[in-house]
Amino acid sequence: MNDPVVARRPARSGEPGAERGVAAAPHASEAPIPPTPEAPETPKAPHVRPGDRIFRGLATGSGVFIVALIGAIGLFLIVQAIPSLGLDNVNFLTSREWNTSNPEDLRFGILDLLLVTVVVSILALLIAMPIALGIALFLTQYAPRKLARPFAYVIDLLAAVPSIVFGLWGLFVLGPELYPVSQWLVDNLGWFPLFAKGNVNLQLGATVFTAGIVVAVMILPIITAVSREVFERTPTMHVEGAIALGATKWEVVRTTVLPFGKAGYVSASMLGLGRALGETIAVMIILSTATSAFGWSLFDGGATFASKIALAAPEFNDPRSAGAYIAAGLVLFVLTFVVNAIARSIVAGHKEYE
Amino acid sequence: MAKRLDIKDLNLFYGKFHAVENVSLAVPPKNVTAFIGPSGCGKSTVLRSLNRMHEVAPGARVEGKVLLDGEDIYASTVDPVEVRRTIGMVFQRPNPFPTMSIRDNVVAGLRLAGVKDKKKLDEVAERSLRGANLWNEVKDRLDKPGGGLSGGQQQRLCIARAIAVQPDLLLMDEPCSALDPISTLAIEDLITELKKEYTIVIVTHNMQQAARVSDQTAFFNLLGVGQPGQLIEVDDTEKIFSNPGQKATEDYISGRFG
Repeated sequence: MNDPVVARRPARSGEPGAERGVAAAPHASEAPIPPTPEAPETPKAPHVRPGDRIFRGLATGSGVFIVALIGAIGLFLIVQAIPSLGLDNVNFLTSREWNTSNPEDLRFGILDLLLVTVVVSILALLIAMPIALGIALFLTQYAPRKLARPFAYVIDLLAAVPSIVFGLWGLFVLGPELYPVSQWLVDNLGWFPLFAKGNVNLQLGATVFTAGIVVAVMILPIITAVSREVFERTPTMHVEGAIALGATKWEVVRTTVLPFGKAGYVSASMLGLGRALGETIAVMIILSTATSAFGWSLFDGGATFASKIALAAPEFNDPRSAGAYIAAGLVLFVLTFVVNAIARSIVAGHKEYE
Repeated sequence: MAKRLDIKDLNLFYGKFHAVENVSLAVPPKNVTAFIGPSGCGKSTVLRSLNRMHEVAPGARVEGKVLLDGEDIYASTVDPVEVRRTIGMVFQRPNPFPTMSIRDNVVAGLRLAGVKDKKKLDEVAERSLRGANLWNEVKDRLDKPGGGLSGGQQQRLCIARAIAVQPDLLLMDEPCSALDPISTLAIEDLITELKKEYTIVIVTHNMQQAARVSDQTAFFNLLGVGQPGQLIEVDDTEKIFSNPGQKATEDYISGRFG
């Protein structure tokens, strides 16, 4: 009933806005700016006003700046990595060896790093996704309003905990605590490669398993927060339509909230995955370096791209050795790009609501 | 199928706000009753209380009785979800589920009620779409999303969805307010046809529409801001529009017609 009135308001307040340098909105989608009581400027020139020009310049500049920055980072990585890649004595993509201590005989390949990085991240994602979905649905659909707000703050707070704290918690608390669980998994499901006995001491828990769980906790807030925002925007008219048809709470969620929020939830998860791939400090503290190669077990040790680079950072005294790590960084950079591209394409596939 | 509706001493609240006061009226089966009145007078609220949608809003409360063939839908033993399954509702703006196909939209209510038989669902989809005068326009694209239809077609799709369960009562909340005149006409014609099988209550701001489609008209009014809305009078549509019993009704109607 009130919709037409509300819809008309921006148009009305847009008219006086035209006198104030902010010019009438070129797009209907622009937010209405309430007219300020200050004296109107002389309304003679109907073309571009200074305020408009400045704002446009700033906005365009910011956009160009970020693209240029990303391009520059990519360029930096490539330029720095190429000389070392040329000196590499093993295959960069398929070798599991990493030895850069002698700049005269560089032997480095990323396969092991890639596997550990991907396994840690996927494990984190598999744990975090369903929990985040549950929390987001609880906060938007089930929790009483009084509870939902503070609860959401607590989740957001989780995102503000520094990763070093998560790392310490994983190393000193979670790792040892997980020992009975991991021992049980190894004893009973050890025939399955993922649960095979790993290449590090199980008792300390400095494994991919622990790292994955800690990273899951770290990416939980971002997936939850974004999903919550999306679920909250489910159009009331669809929710009411479902209720009027005799849908129960869960059926309302299934017929309206989930289809509406699916794309947002997937991209939220991809954001989380992006964070998981690049997580450095926590993973670096938790994972113990292994002497043998990664064998597909969750109870292996090893290093991810980021933790490997961070560990070696104090020893970047020779540009040739450093270049090897920069090459690894380049792969991580590309990997996150690919993940984001996949997320985008998934979101683009769900346009029904736009 | 087409039950008789009796509203007795209905009082509706949003938290502490008393939204509608002491409404009593009767709707015979296979009859169209129109609710008219100024914005904020509570006619939509009353409509939403007839399938227990009112209580979905936080803090909303209902007092009084709503009887369908003598059975109180607010009785303590009644499950609101079951009530909504037997009462159809059409909203102001067409709201087909965008991710569902046209066919799935129509049978959504039956699916919720647990009907799984594909043949039965297809039959109901066809019958309901024919009933909503939409079959000929969509029969070749039943598997396409409902969101691809025009506004008027979407609203008829929503009507098809509402009548798919063969409801005891069909509620329409300003079903034409978002539509162009041609689509409006199509819906009005449809209402006249649906009357043969269903009991219909329609809220409308358009008095010509009330005059055209309804048998009985209820006029709601608001005595002042912050006061509860009231049912001023209810009578045969012809009488309300030619010779209303109350001054307020006449003022409202003539104000719009004049």
